[in-house]
Amino acid sequence: MQLNGYKPKIVAFCCNWCSYAGADLAGSSRFTYPDNVKIIRVPCSCRVDPVFILRAFGGGADGVMICGCHPGDCHYTSGNYHTRRRMKLLFSMLDYLGIEKERMKLIWISASEGEKFASAATDFMNTVARLGENRRLGDLRCKSKTEQN
Amino acid sequence: MKRIGVFVCSCGSNIEGAVDVCKVVEAMSKEPYVVYAANCKYMCSSSGQELIGKAAAEYELTGIAVCSCSPRMHEATFRKAAASAGLNPYKVEIANIREQCSWVHKDTAEATGKAITLAKAAVSKLCRDEELYPQSFPVTKRALVIGGGIAGIQTAEDISNAGYKVDIVEKKPSIGGKMAMLDKTFPTLDCSACILTPKTVDISHNENVRIFSYSEVESVSGYVGNFTVKIRRKARYVKEDLCTGCGLCAEKCPTKNVPNEFDLGLGSRSAIYIPFAQAVPKVAVIDPDSCRMLKDGKCGLCSRVCGAKAIDYSQKDEITEEKYGAIAVATGIDPIDVTPFDEYSYKNSKDVITALELERILNAAGPTNGRLVRLSDGIRPKTVVFISCVGSRCTEEDERGKTYCSKICCMYTAKQAILIKEKYPDTDIYVFYIDVRAPGKNFDEFYRRAAEKYGVKYIKGMVGKVCDENGVLTVKAADLINNEQMMIGADLVVLAAAVEPDKTAKALASKLNASIDGNGFFNEAHPKLRPVESPTAGVYLSGACSGPKDIPETVAQASAAAAKIIGLLSKNTLESDPCTAHADELKCSGCSLCANVCPYNAITYIEKEFRMPDKTVKIRRVASVNAAVCRGCGACTVACNNGAMDLHGFSREQILAEVDSICS
Ligand SMILES: Cc1cc2nc3c(=O)[nH]c(=O)nc-3n(C[C@H](O)[C@H](O)[C@H](O)COP(=O)(O)OP(=O)(O)OC[C@H]3O[C@@H](n4cnc5c(N)ncnc54)[C@H](O)[C@@H]3O)c2cc1C
Ligand code: SF4
Ligand code: SF4
Repeated sequence: MQLNGYKPKIVAFCCNWCSYAGADLAGSSRFTYPDNVKIIRVPCSCRVDPVFILRAFGGGADGVMICGCHPGDCHYTSGNYHTRRRMKLLFSMLDYLGIEKERMKLIWISASEGEKFASAATDFMNTVARLGENRRLGDLRCKSKTEQN
Repeated sequence: MKRIGVFVCSCGSNIEGAVDVCKVVEAMSKEPYVVYAANCKYMCSSSGQELIGKAAAEYELTGIAVCSCSPRMHEATFRKAAASAGLNPYKVEIANIREQCSWVHKDTAEATGKAITLAKAAVSKLCRDEELYPQSFPVTKRALVIGGGIAGIQTAEDISNAGYKVDIVEKKPSIGGKMAMLDKTFPTLDCSACILTPKTVDISHNENVRIFSYSEVESVSGYVGNFTVKIRRKARYVKEDLCTGCGLCAEKCPTKNVPNEFDLGLGSRSAIYIPFAQAVPKVAVIDPDSCRMLKDGKCGLCSRVCGAKAIDYSQKDEITEEKYGAIAVATGIDPIDVTPFDEYSYKNSKDVITALELERILNAAGPTNGRLVRLSDGIRPKTVVFISCVGSRCTEEDERGKTYCSKICCMYTAKQAILIKEKYPDTDIYVFYIDVRAPGKNFDEFYRRAAEKYGVKYIKGMVGKVCDENGVLTVKAADLINNEQMMIGADLVVLAAAVEPDKTAKALASKLNASIDGNGFFNEAHPKLRPVESPTAGVYLSGACSGPKDIPETVAQASAAAAKIIGLLSKNTLESDPCTAHADELKCSGCSLCANVCPYNAITYIEKEFRMPDKTVKIRRVASVNAAVCRGCGACTVACNNGAMDLHGFSREQILAEVDSICS
């Protein structure tokens, strides 16, 4: 999906047990959402290293979603609590790095919330599209490209 | 050299309808390391799987990427296909181009573009897949059952009937739980002792079963198939193997009038006692708090009268260590403390009692030998008022009670009303209720019988207050149907107290690494599909420890837990999922950050020798993951500051490769 001639890149990390299943349910219920959203499956949202998110931003992603089971519902009992704490820190660091906080979203989606996944993906895509390209780290990329040449 | 095959499924028209599969095949065949790319109408069909086999042989594939439906559907299928083609089953990746592509994107160009991106990401992950092998480990063919109520007894009986050894650990001096205390049971009114005693006696004679009564679980280590449990056998000051249960000691003991726990303090016992006539094991126990010999060293009468020489005042708690393959939790329920409910005057009046106390009073072996009398004056009550939902279905704000429905109270209230009417038909009985919940086989009929045949007056409404004026009870209530206030002069008031998990549940759950819910009930691995398993592998839930249950439900669950345990014990070895964490010993600093976040205590520390460049040997503490315990959540991998911890199947390198591939 393009907005103003620009196609945001969005990476969504989904935990295998809830959110990934929720995204599957969005599919089997045919709830559409923008094709910009690409899912990476992880066992638990607590597997998502902040480094992965920074790498995505550095690599050209305009937005990153981290989706996990609802608090209290983690397949591994406490994984999403770790995620919640870790991502809180990362949010404040993004601010510090000059990446708009809105480019990252932490959201709880259960295996039965297909519609929620689709609408969250759509909303997030709209938010990111409004923000425009992720220039802050985009500049870094250009630099490294010219250096390479 | 990596040689990768890409298989693009059309899924009939499910994928093909939105994704141009030929374009995907074409794009993928140009990717590095891809030596084969093809389309198939149904990859999950036998012809699809044959295609994998043929291509794997012909092109000497080292990895397989399938672009198809969700891995949650067919990952196992394609792993099996890879294995039969001679590949390691973990060298398979799936690009989900159906649920997460063709079904959610209508535009063919967009869907095809996304399918290619997902396929490329799968291939770049696949290039970094390692060969993984499940570990196998032996199973100790003995089960532990914690709690000797009807649930624990049933679970133990079923497991032993399948030929396996079982130990029951019961914290009280005898087994039987709440059921041993009941008089008759709904909805058939059979006598509780008559149906329970044969079972307790049988289990005590079962050669596959050991009963550790008056014992508690001290600590648990290990993992499914291989638990090591320390059991504290509390000192009973009586040698269990010598005591014949004759009861002479209790008769002769000079310290009488100790409140009898089994009768909820309504009756009395001596300092040395056997809890009740049919107690199993029928072995005396000395209560050290009231025994004169143990307190002051004076008396020793019981030791002199005991013909079996079973008394041993010097006995100490003993800790025994046992090994088990599986553990069943059967710790049951207890009525809540109703003293905080001042409005019902339970604290002030002897004639306001709980339902379990009434069970003891109605029981022929109870403190009044089964005669219904008021505890204040020993006179038979003519008007009895039952109040249901005491402490059940409370609001969040009311900290005295529980928000849930205790499930069994409506039924036992109807039962107790019928039992009283049977014995004393002239008794006037009122039951105040919010609503009557009787959804079970013959349950509603049973309750209606109480109301219609026996004339028990059911009044929909809440009791506001029970006033106790000089021993005269007045129940003030609202009748919601006739919309009027009621005042009833009552001789006896019975409170249907909510039930809660056993007080020890929380501590036990943490020893077992099992989890409990906000109310303290044990959590199921899945509330619908795995109701008798805890989230911790090898720990099962039997009976009311996971939520209020009546006896039929308890027994059904207990047998279900036993079936699961038998399934586990019938295996000689267990295979663990190889997608577990592992620490790089060279990078690990032994800081413990990882162990702190692991929900399963899978990480321990070992001392490891390292040869330094100057040839000296240094010993360092490093993390070591027990692959049989690790469930592969990955929490530890992120906690590790040194990048020492990684996860097989979802390694840092693999996920970063996917990220890079998607972003490029
Ligand atoms: C007043 C009343 C009347 C009832 N009437 C009926 C009826 O008529 N019909 C009916 O179907 N149901 C009735 N019930 C329900 C019935 O009592 C339960 O369904 C049944 O007792 C549940 O069995 P259980 O084995 O799960 O738990 P319990 O009977 O509670 O047994 C648990 C056992 O585990 C032991 N234990 C607890 N913690 C530990 C520990 N940490 N270590 C070792 N041991 C431990 C306890 O000492 C106990 O022996 C009634 C309940 C009450 C309160
Ligand atoms: S992956 Fe999860 S379960 Fe395994 S050791 Fe790490 S934290 Fe524990
Ligand atoms: S967190 Fe990392 S460095 Fe610390 S003990 Fe665990 S593996 Fe070793």
